[in-house]
Amino acid sequence: MEVDAGGAVERARSGDSDAFRLLVEQHSRAIFRLAFRMTGNEQDAEDVVQETFLRAYKQLDRYEARSSFSTWLFRIASNYSLDLIRMRKRHEDKRQRSTEEDHDILQSIPLDTPGPDRLVYGTQVQDRVNAALNELSPQERTAFVLRHFEGLSIEEIGASLGTGTNATKHSIFRAVQKLRRSLEPVVGHAK
Amino acid sequence: MNHVSEEQLVLLYYGESAEAQTIDRHLAECEACRSEFRALKLVLNTVDSAPVPERGAEYGQAVWKRIEKKLGARRKSSSFRHWWIWAPAMTALLVTAFLAGRFIRPAGPDLAKNQQIRERILLVAVGDHLERSQMVLAELSNAPGGQGKLDISDERQMAQELLDDNRLYRQTAHSTGDTTVANVLDDLERVLIEIAHSPTQVSSDQLEDLQKQIESKGLLFKVRVLGSKVRQQEIAPAPQKENKKL
Repeated sequence: MEVDAGGAVERARSGDSDAFRLLVEQHSRAIFRLAFRMTGNEQDAEDVVQETFLRAYKQLDRYEARSSFSTWLFRIASNYSLDLIRMRKRHEDKRQRSTEEDHDILQSIPLDTPGPDRLVYGTQVQDRVNAALNELSPQERTAFVLRHFEGLSIEEIGASLGTGTNATKHSIFRAVQKLRRSLEPVVGHAK
Repeated sequence: MNHVSEEQLVLLYYGESAEAQTIDRHLAECEACRSEFRALKLVLNTVDSAPVPERGAEYGQAVWKRIEKKLGARRKSSSFRHWWIWAPAMTALLVTAFLAGRFIRPAGPDLAKNQQIRERILLVAVGDHLERSQMVLAELSNAPGGQGKLDISDERQMAQELLDDNRLYRQTAHSTGDTTVANVLDDLERVLIEIAHSPTQVSSDQLEDLQKQIESKGLLFKVRVLGSKVRQQEIAPAPQKENKKL
């Protein structure tokens, strides 16, 4: 449950920087987790955290208490992450890396379990999960992360990203389909 | 009921199905759909194993320290929505006003105050200019080398837009005798020209040349330091008596 320490949001809106500091301290870790899951990169996640709070501060006047403050921050963070991963993808596309090459990278992670060493196996599964998440389009990854990890409803995600409920639903469906295609051969070994 | 689709199972998994009871009843009777749902849950539960680097309890304080100094500048410029649309015109206007103010000196007690106001307005514009320049330089510096061509059309276009502003700021810094700022803007201008005149698609060698130019002058670092100083001056209270250079 979200705790608004002594009306920190209201005080921050009226220009109290100590109140805004409380909000930064309260929400930073959650924003970092979201940003890392969306970007898959620690440095990018740090950039997202910083930019999210700078943008939030700048736009405090626009915050309406209809949604919780954390949902509002998630919206800012996810939109900025989306821009960031789109920019990264654009650079990758421009570099004319073929999807076959990406597929090769995915396939190069071995499927065979190395005997009884569960730790190594676990790492391989994690690598596969990361690779599979990287295969998603920015829109699919954003919608999926917000639904799967952050527990936002499809309607909330559609409103946050400005994509509408139906398009968000289809982004999540496509994400799940891709993840199943990539991961079922691996988790099959775990059964 | 027909077999349950994958979409229906996804909505059921996330608790967003409007027909949950009907699907549950079907799953109780249909081994094929139950098996499909098990496979889906296994994959989605596996996704949870993707690790996230830990951040300790002090992380929030560290984030605050990083952003604290930047907040003042951001709030001040918050009313300048879509500023980039009219930034070039504003820049020309500001610099013209600034230079006019320096050479056509009005009489009266408000002279120093007017001068301070002009200089602080100019600081905001220069701060934004350096921030945008830094983005272009950082994008190119961090662009991965490798095989194939890299499309730098966005950076090229931005460099073209930044060039006119940069010339005005450099000339202003020269005319006010601020040689440190003028030298950094001079170096920046040379690199912006190179970027603006590069092809939209650059080879690895061409990219490497651009990166070397940025690195050899320590330009990114200089622009960051200058931008940071400018931002600090923006936040700092206006001096009462002495005029400050950029």
